[in-house]
Amino acid sequence: MAEVLVLTDHAGGRLRKATAELLTLARRLGEPSAVHIGPGADTAQKTLAKYGAHKVYSVDAEDAASFLVAPQAEILAQLVEKVSPAAVLVPSNASGKEIAARLAVKTGSGMITDAVDVRAGDDGVETTQSVFAGSYTVTATVTTGTPIICVKPNSAAIEAAPEAGAVEAFDATVSDDAKAAKVTDSQPKKATGRPELTEAAIVVSGGRGTGGDFSPVEEFADSLGAAVGASRAAVDAGWYPHSNQVGQTGKQVSPQLYVAAGISGAIQHRAGMQTSKTIVAVNKDEEAPIFELVDFGVVGDLFSVLPQATGEVKKRKG
Amino acid sequence: MNIVVCVKHVPDAQSERTFQESDNTVDREAVDGLLSELDEYAVEEALKIVEAQGEGEVTVVTVGPAAAADAIKKALQMGADKGVHVQDDAIAGSDAAATSLVLAEAVKKASDGSPELVLTGMSSTDGVMGVVPAMMAERLGLPQVTYASELTLADGGVTIRRDGDTASETIEASLPALVSVTDQINEPRYPSFKGIMAAKKKPVETWSLEDLGVDASQVGLDAAWTKVVSFAKRPPREQGEIVTDEGDGGARLAEFLSAQKFL
Repeated sequence: MAEVLVLTDHAGGRLRKATAELLTLARRLGEPSAVHIGPGADTAQKTLAKYGAHKVYSVDAEDAASFLVAPQAEILAQLVEKVSPAAVLVPSNASGKEIAARLAVKTGSGMITDAVDVRAGDDGVETTQSVFAGSYTVTATVTTGTPIICVKPNSAAIEAAPEAGAVEAFDATVSDDAKAAKVTDSQPKKATGRPELTEAAIVVSGGRGTGGDFSPVEEFADSLGAAVGASRAAVDAGWYPHSNQVGQTGKQVSPQLYVAAGISGAIQHRAGMQTSKTIVAVNKDEEAPIFELVDFGVVGDLFSVLPQATGEVKKRKG
Repeated sequence: MNIVVCVKHVPDAQSERTFQESDNTVDREAVDGLLSELDEYAVEEALKIVEAQGEGEVTVVTVGPAAAADAIKKALQMGADKGVHVQDDAIAGSDAAATSLVLAEAVKKASDGSPELVLTGMSSTDGVMGVVPAMMAERLGLPQVTYASELTLADGGVTIRRDGDTASETIEASLPALVSVTDQINEPRYPSFKGIMAAKKKPVETWSLEDLGVDASQVGLDAAWTKVVSFAKRPPREQGEIVTDEGDGGARLAEFLSAQKFL
């Protein structure tokens, strides 16, 4: 069975949830081999093996993280050359897509971004994506080269399938050209203790209706163990960081539950949340377009509805 | 400094976008097109740099059918100096890889082989892949400095700030470089009446694939490395229950979440 390369998504060796999802999906296409670039392969090994990695290629490129994506694309290209995989799966985040983009050009291979499903089709690897603000579903295949697929978080239920996952050092060379853009400073954001927006099972977002006061949104999110999002209007007003923006020019999320508070539901916002499984909205304006999408809606003031809901959720959760 | 800005003409995201039944490509006739909103930030940033330096030219490059000239026009109205429109029937249906090939060659030709700075938006508003900047950097052999929310030029180098999920990073590269900018970097200007009048006299060159030395077999739908097999309109979501808060809205919301097993 051919190998399927899965690029691990990690920060300083700590794996993100997306990696286990990618490994779960990779098993449909062949034998998953994890590619771990940077420190921590030995620590990550246990998790990678648990979710089906037959092998773990460890690339000791300690400084890879300080040169953005170009070195990782070079390393993957060398691995593709060596093992001729059936496919390469990478996380569909900003960096993952850029790594895939460069790898595609280097290897003359077709790439697909934002896949929400990956499977073995009659004509090779087949994927599903949502396009045009979630209004269409598209099925696509890669017709040339090694299929390079960027998979969105939350696209697969994680399933364990233990394999050996033996760590194998891969000696890659990184050119000086790939080190042309360097990260010279990194200021970590204050940890909120909340899950990451694109990975979260529940997202609670606030918009213009918060008037800049996100506390009821945050408190409700915390009662549910949810991530906090924001509409473009709220971000443009400077009320919440851009990295929390849900929408066409922010993050595209697809959680089990999405709660929109004080968000009208412009196309810009819909593009980022329309594929959520269950949608709930709280808005003062009963004409707000967001209500067209909801499974449950409350016409009312978020400043009274959310605190009451927060209290009730806490009570029920005990 | 001479800056090349790559822009795209896209179907208006406010309208009902769809596909063509014949070849599963985006239907670009059905709805009005316009300069991709995210590219306005790149045009604005280029104008600001040239204005601050007091010298240099902003060249806007686009690849697309005849209607794509509108995207160039808008950029020229904003203040760009000249436009390049790569137009060739063979390009229709190109994927991101082929588009990046044509754009890269057009950037080289527009800057006599050596661009000083190439600016792009962070992604288009139709395909939204966000991969063309990285592909162009790969093809042009330029440092790739993407997702800039601040940009500074000094001492032959470029420094940007990138707002990531877990950190705010400072990224540096030497020039020439390719930089993509986010919608956080500036506030694009509206064309003034003077700008609109002046744009009419600005030069726009139309280039074919032959002008760029790109073989037609490398681009277009048949040369695409990926293929859309099918498309389906997502069924509209059925509206659920809407209640009006009469002092119990929060409790009813919690009730719904509990019934749906979220608690």
